[in-house]
Amino acid sequence: MTATSPAAVSTAGAEVLAQRRNRALAKFMGNPAALFGATLVLVFVVLAVFASWIAPYEPNKTNFIMLRKAPSAMHWLGTDEIGRDILSRLIHGGIASLYAGVVSVFIALFVGMPIGLVAGWFGGWLDAIISRATDALLAVPFLILAIALAAALGPSLTNAMIAIGLSQVPIFVRLTRGQVLAVKTEDFVEGARAVGVPNSLILLRHITPNIFAPIVVQATLTVATAIIAEASLSFLGLGQQPPAPSWGSMLNTAKNYMDSAPWMSISPGIAIVLVVLGFNLLGDGLRDALDPREQ
Amino acid sequence: MKTYVARRLLALVPTLFFASLIVFVTVRLIPGDVIDLMLSQNDVSASKLTRDQLVAALGLDRPMWEQYGRWMGGILFRGDFGQSLWQSVPVSELLLARMPVTLELGLLALIVALIVAIPIGVYSAIRQDTTGDYIARSFSILMLAVPSFWTGTMVMVFPSIWWGWSPEVRFVPFTENPIQNLKQMILPAIILGTALSAVSMRLTRTMMLEVLRQDYIRTAWAKGLSERLVVARHALRNALIPVVTLIGVQAPLLIGGAVIMEQIFVIPGMGLLLLDAVYQRDYPIITGVFLVVGVAIMLLNLVIDLSYGLLDPRVRYR
Repeated sequence: MTATSPAAVSTAGAEVLAQRRNRALAKFMGNPAALFGATLVLVFVVLAVFASWIAPYEPNKTNFIMLRKAPSAMHWLGTDEIGRDILSRLIHGGIASLYAGVVSVFIALFVGMPIGLVAGWFGGWLDAIISRATDALLAVPFLILAIALAAALGPSLTNAMIAIGLSQVPIFVRLTRGQVLAVKTEDFVEGARAVGVPNSLILLRHITPNIFAPIVVQATLTVATAIIAEASLSFLGLGQQPPAPSWGSMLNTAKNYMDSAPWMSISPGIAIVLVVLGFNLLGDGLRDALDPREQ
Repeated sequence: MKTYVARRLLALVPTLFFASLIVFVTVRLIPGDVIDLMLSQNDVSASKLTRDQLVAALGLDRPMWEQYGRWMGGILFRGDFGQSLWQSVPVSELLLARMPVTLELGLLALIVALIVAIPIGVYSAIRQDTTGDYIARSFSILMLAVPSFWTGTMVMVFPSIWWGWSPEVRFVPFTENPIQNLKQMILPAIILGTALSAVSMRLTRTMMLEVLRQDYIRTAWAKGLSERLVVARHALRNALIPVVTLIGVQAPLLIGGAVIMEQIFVIPGMGLLLLDAVYQRDYPIITGVFLVVGVAIMLLNLVIDLSYGLLDPRVRYR
C-alpha cells in the first residue's frame, strides 16, 4: 500500500469540491424562484447600502405641516405622526433589518459551529453535555428567549442582534454536530487521521469544507427568521430605539395611528415580507443546488 | 412501552436541569437592578423599607447558587415558583391563571394550521405540477414570509376602516362565556395558525408525494379502489407521521407567536404576563414562564413520540 501524504489528500478533496461547486452553480442559475429570491435580496442590499443617496428625504427630519399625510407625489408612501417621509424611513430601516439579520446569524454561526464541531468530533461526555444543553435551549421558544435576552441586555439594536444570534445558536450546534457525525466516518477523514493530521487541522481543513453546504443553506434561511425576529423585538419596543428607523418599530408606532393613518402600517410590513421571501427563496434554491442527493 | 416512557422521562431530567440553569442565570443578568426600579418608582412596599432591607426581603443578597437552590427546591418540593417582586402574589397563582388562556390560543391555532395545511398539502401532492399545486405552493412560500404581528395589525386596521368593525379587546374567559371568548380568540388563532400552516403544508405535500410512489399504493390503484380511498386510507395515514413530529418542532414557534398575538389583541395569557414581567424586571415571573413553557414543550414532544404507535402499528417502543 502506498502512503498518502496529507497534501495529496487535500488536493484530491479540493478537486472534488471545485467540481461540486460548478454543478451547484449551474443548478442554481437554472432555478427561476432562486434567482428571483437572489434578486429581491440584492435590491434590498443595494437600497440599504446606498440609502443616503436613494432616500428622497432625511429619515429623521420632521415636518410639522405634513403630519400623517396620505401617499402623494411628494411623499410616495405618505408621512408619519411627526411628518417624516415614510419611504425614506423605510429605505433607512432596511439597513437595521439586513444588518440585524446578517450579524445575528454570524453570531449564531461563530458560537454554534465550533461547539457542534467539538461535540460531533470528540463525542463522549462532552457531546452528552452539549446535546442536553442544546435540547434545553431548543425547548424554550426562540422568540421568548430573544425577548428575555433583549430585556436582559437592555433594549437596543445591537443587543437585539446579540439576543437573536444567541437564541439561534442551538440550531447551528445541532446541525453541525449531525453533519460531523455523518462525515467523520468517511474514508478521507479516516485517511487524514491515519497519517497523523492533528484534530484541529482535520476539523478545519477536512470536516468544515465538507459540512459547509447545509450550514450555508441554514444560515440563509436563518437570516430570514432573524429579520422577522428583529422586527418582532422592535415591534415590542425591545429592538431599534426611536428615532432611528426600523421596520418593526415603524409598525409599532403605526399601530397607534391605525384609524387616522393606516398607510403607516402597510409599507413596513410589505418590506419585511419581500426581504424575508427573498432570503427564503434564496435559501431553498441553495439547498436544491447544494444537496448531494439532488445531483 | 412502560420502560420506554420511564426512560424518556428520566432523560428529561438533565435537559430540564440545564433549561432551569440557563433561564435562571440569564434572567439575573438583567441590568438595572429591580431594587433601583422599585425605589425610583416609589413603590408603596419599597418606600417603607431601606434598600438593604428590600434586597434581603427579596432574597437577592444571597449567592446566586443559593438563590438557585432555594428556587429549584421550592418548585420541586412545594410547587412554589416564588413571589412576584411587584405584586406580592405567588408566581404559581399567576401562571395557573394565565396558562389556560395561552393553551387555548395555541390549541386553536394548531387546529387552524392543520385544517389549512393537510387538505391543501394533500391536494397539492395528488395534483402535482398543476395550476392548483403551484398556487398552493406559492401561498405557502408567501405565508412563511408574512410576519404574524403584521397580519395582526392589518386585521386591527382595515376591517375597522372598511366596515367599522374592530375586534373585541375586553377579554372574557372561556368558562364565563364560551361563545364570546371564542369570538375573541378565533382571529388571533387564524392569523397564528395560517402562518404556521406553511411549513406543515410543504411537509404534507413532500411526504404524500413520497408515499404515493410506493408499491402498496400502486397495488391499491390496481385493485380498482377509488382515489378517495387510496388517498385517505392508504397514503395519508403513512404520510402524516412526520407531520405530527413537525407539530412538536413547531410548538415553540406557536408559543412565541402567541406572545405577540396576546400583545396585539390584549389577551391576558402567559405571553402578556412575560412581557409585563420583562418590562418590570420581575425575575420570578420570567423564570416561571420560561420553565413552564420549556417543560410543556418537552412533554408535548414525548406525547408525540408515543403517538407514533397509534398512527403506525409498525412502530415498537423498546
